[in-house]
Amino acid sequence: MAKTALQFRHNSRDVAVFVDGGANLLTTLRELVGDMTPKFGCGQGGCGACTVLIDGDAHLACLTLAETVAGRAVETLDGLKDGPNLHPLQRAFMEHFAAQCGYCTPGMLMAAKALLDRNPSPTRDEVVNAIAGNICRCTGYEPIIDAVLAAASGGMRGLHGPEHVPSPHMSPRTF
Amino acid sequence: MPVTVKTFGTSGEAAAALSSERDARYLGGGTLVMRALNEGDVSVSTIVRATDRALAQLDATGSRITIGAGVTFARVLAERSLGFLHPVAGSIGGPAVRNMGTIGGNLFAPAPFGDFAVALLALDASVAVQGAYGARDMPIEEFLSGRSRQADGLVLSASFQRPLSDDAFRYRKIARVRPKGAAVVTLAVHVPSSGGRAVGVRIALGAMASTPVRAKAAERTLEGHTLDAASIAAAVAAAADGTAPVDDALASAWYRREVVGVHLRRLLTGQA
Ligand SMILES: Cc1cc2nc3c(=O)[nH]c(=O)nc-3n(C[C@H](O)[C@H](O)[C@H](O)COP(=O)(O)OP(=O)(O)OC[C@H]3O[C@@H](n4cnc5c(N)ncnc54)[C@H](O)[C@@H]3O)c2cc1C
Ligand code: FES
Ligand code: FES
Repeated sequence: MAKTALQFRHNSRDVAVFVDGGANLLTTLRELVGDMTPKFGCGQGGCGACTVLIDGDAHLACLTLAETVAGRAVETLDGLKDGPNLHPLQRAFMEHFAAQCGYCTPGMLMAAKALLDRNPSPTRDEVVNAIAGNICRCTGYEPIIDAVLAAASGGMRGLHGPEHVPSPHMSPRTF
Repeated sequence: MPVTVKTFGTSGEAAAALSSERDARYLGGGTLVMRALNEGDVSVSTIVRATDRALAQLDATGSRITIGAGVTFARVLAERSLGFLHPVAGSIGGPAVRNMGTIGGNLFAPAPFGDFAVALLALDASVAVQGAYGARDMPIEEFLSGRSRQADGLVLSASFQRPLSDDAFRYRKIARVRPKGAAVVTLAVHVPSSGGRAVGVRIALGAMASTPVRAKAAERTLEGHTLDAASIAAAVAAAADGTAPVDDALASAWYRREVVGVHLRRLLTGQA
């Protein structure tokens, strides 16, 4: 079957791929763009591990028909850090032990980013609502909620502080 | 298995493609269609899309409200003049599902989904459907009861009268997981009152049958009466009449019938 050409912005970079009819954005990102940060958990919208931002809003990549992102901006966890500097949310996740197995972490971080981009000082309830579509089987959620609140209150400070240059094995690429 | 994706600029062309092609499925927000594709549903061979902006229009300025089929729940939540529908839109999925899922898709969502359709049923909405031979408006009740046949038409919008007061429309969804979860039962009631008496009462229930349904026996017990202990007790007793809930992972049919009246009472008496 004929493939369709698809162009979109991927973490501020233009990408062009050929997709099969009916392909979803998650397989497109992982298999064609080579961005392994969005995770496959269920393919059914139920777990949130594949959460990405499309034009700034949280979407489930597994339920997004790839062709619908033509010309739009897709952000994934891979684009969250700024060079060697982790994003305040990533640092807060480390400091609050908000990742155990880490499988939910990319989706959690993107869902949290969608919240903080719009609402820089959310209440605890607003954080709970923002990650309501994301399942974590390890942490019991409390450390994740604490991390998001911490990133919101103080995280923007010292984003480029030298004390926070991560060691290579802590790079988000390894999630 | 790859499918063919056909994208059209106008809703007319999309409607024509839907009615002429077998196994064609319209893609709204895709939260149910993509799920089926990911699961390997081979009954879909063609996906039809429409980029027509008219489908995403929302007119909430006057007393008659029209919501385009392509409007998402997040859009409804961002619309201040639709405050009475915020509890409805906010009860659906998590933020990502609300950014993706549309009103049009909700009209087709099988139980226990379809929470927005429950609200539209209580509001006596009319649904504009474009078929191969033109568009027509149909009462939502008729739309829902023949829903499997509507699948070859394209829903353009739903419209309804704004409730006269915020208190006249009430909504309640019971889910096991909060803040996100599919319904054990969903209730929407519209109780307009005239001189202290209820007129044009609508009680709509979700997850109590394969589509949202009206609790007509309960409606009749309230019609023309004041909402007092006696009329409410009669409505509660009749709440499950004519319903056909099923057992699923969330609740048994028996449980749904048992609790629907409890929640109707709380809704009518304004209890949390
Ligand atoms: C994790 C998760 C949680 C969910 N939680 C809820 C919930 O709490 N409550 C709830 O009600 N639903 C829920 N849903 C179900 C679903 O997201 C919603 O019902 C949503 O409104 C479906 O809309 P859609 O645009 O995504 O539909 P789509 O998947 O695009 O379409 C669904 C069906 O409707 C048809 N259709 C869509 N638009 C039109 C149109 N304009 N004309 C003709 N046919 C059309 C499609 O062909 C398809 O058959 C959930 C889904 C997921 C994945
Ligand atoms: S993989 Fe997309 S929600 Fe689970
Ligand atoms: S850390 Fe393991 S699923 Fe969340």
